[in-house]
Amino acid sequence: MHELSIVTHVAKTLDEIAAENKLTKIGSVTLEIGEVSGIITDYFVDCWNYFRRKHPLLQETELKLETIEAVTFCEDCRKEYKTIEYGRICPYCHSEHTYLLQGNECNIKEIEAED
Amino acid sequence: MKVIELHRSVTESNDRDAEVLREELRQKGIFFVNLMSAAGSGKTTLLSRTIRDLKEEYRIAVLEADIEAEVDAQTIESLGARSIQVHTDGMCHMDAGMTRQGLEEMGLEGIDLAFLENIGNLICPAEFATGASRNVMILSVPEGDDKPLKYPLMFETSDVLLITKIDTLDYFDFSIEKCIERVRYLNPDIRIFAVSAKTGEGMKDWEDWLRSEITAWRA
Repeated sequence: MHELSIVTHVAKTLDEIAAENKLTKIGSVTLEIGEVSGIITDYFVDCWNYFRRKHPLLQETELKLETIEAVTFCEDCRKEYKTIEYGRICPYCHSEHTYLLQGNECNIKEIEAED
Repeated sequence: MKVIELHRSVTESNDRDAEVLREELRQKGIFFVNLMSAAGSGKTTLLSRTIRDLKEEYRIAVLEADIEAEVDAQTIESLGARSIQVHTDGMCHMDAGMTRQGLEEMGLEGIDLAFLENIGNLICPAEFATGASRNVMILSVPEGDDKPLKYPLMFETSDVLLITKIDTLDYFDFSIEKCIERVRYLNPDIRIFAVSAKTGEGMKDWEDWLRSEITAWRA
């Protein structure tokens, strides 16, 4: 249950932010989730809906998810390509010397809140 | 309604908690190892052997994290180390908050060397910092030398890789050379020890590494 763990960490961060900004209610939270972050968004939404009911601050918080495309960079031919489609081997020069530029994120982008 | 832009990683607050815990333990002179591996790789066996070999030199404690059950803590206590079993209630990893709670409940007075036996899996524990001084992972020979390709993050975040159960190399198609090459590609700085907790082969190198790290940590 990786997704549930991440939900609890999101909740903890939002508790801190609510305390810092004296917020009583959070209308929505927008998360950016990378395509290869390992998070399954359907499970994540289920976990969110289960967890928020137990958490006073988040009872009415709408969850918005945005996807960050996974992009890999090839060190040999210096081209970028889509990670999901081609994996670790560069489709242009077939090199294995590649690394992920973006796509494994799980970020809290923004919240909408009332004072 | 107002919008507050955060752009903050979900693991950021845990990373902060982990840093605070790591520094507190350093102040107390405690070297704390986060031991991670898949289920069934032999974490408890390796720990048992390590404790037997080092218990005259250091006072050792083990935080046993499991989703359920108490068996590992009993095994460790029978060797003369302090131990506590933490149940994560379904969670697949330990985070810094859970680790702190477990350590405080167990008590660390007089301890020199503490281990966290993390939940057995190669994915989630790699993503959450615990406050450990060093991350150590185990890959046992029967699991196969292709695991660095499948679970890169675990190999990237570990300071040490223990290739264990090398007494079974004759029975599996496991190439230590190929494994090391794959791991070094992901993590050029990782220390690698090939050991068998059963026969004792290679254990001295791993234990010497622990000794020198403990000395450096306290300096």
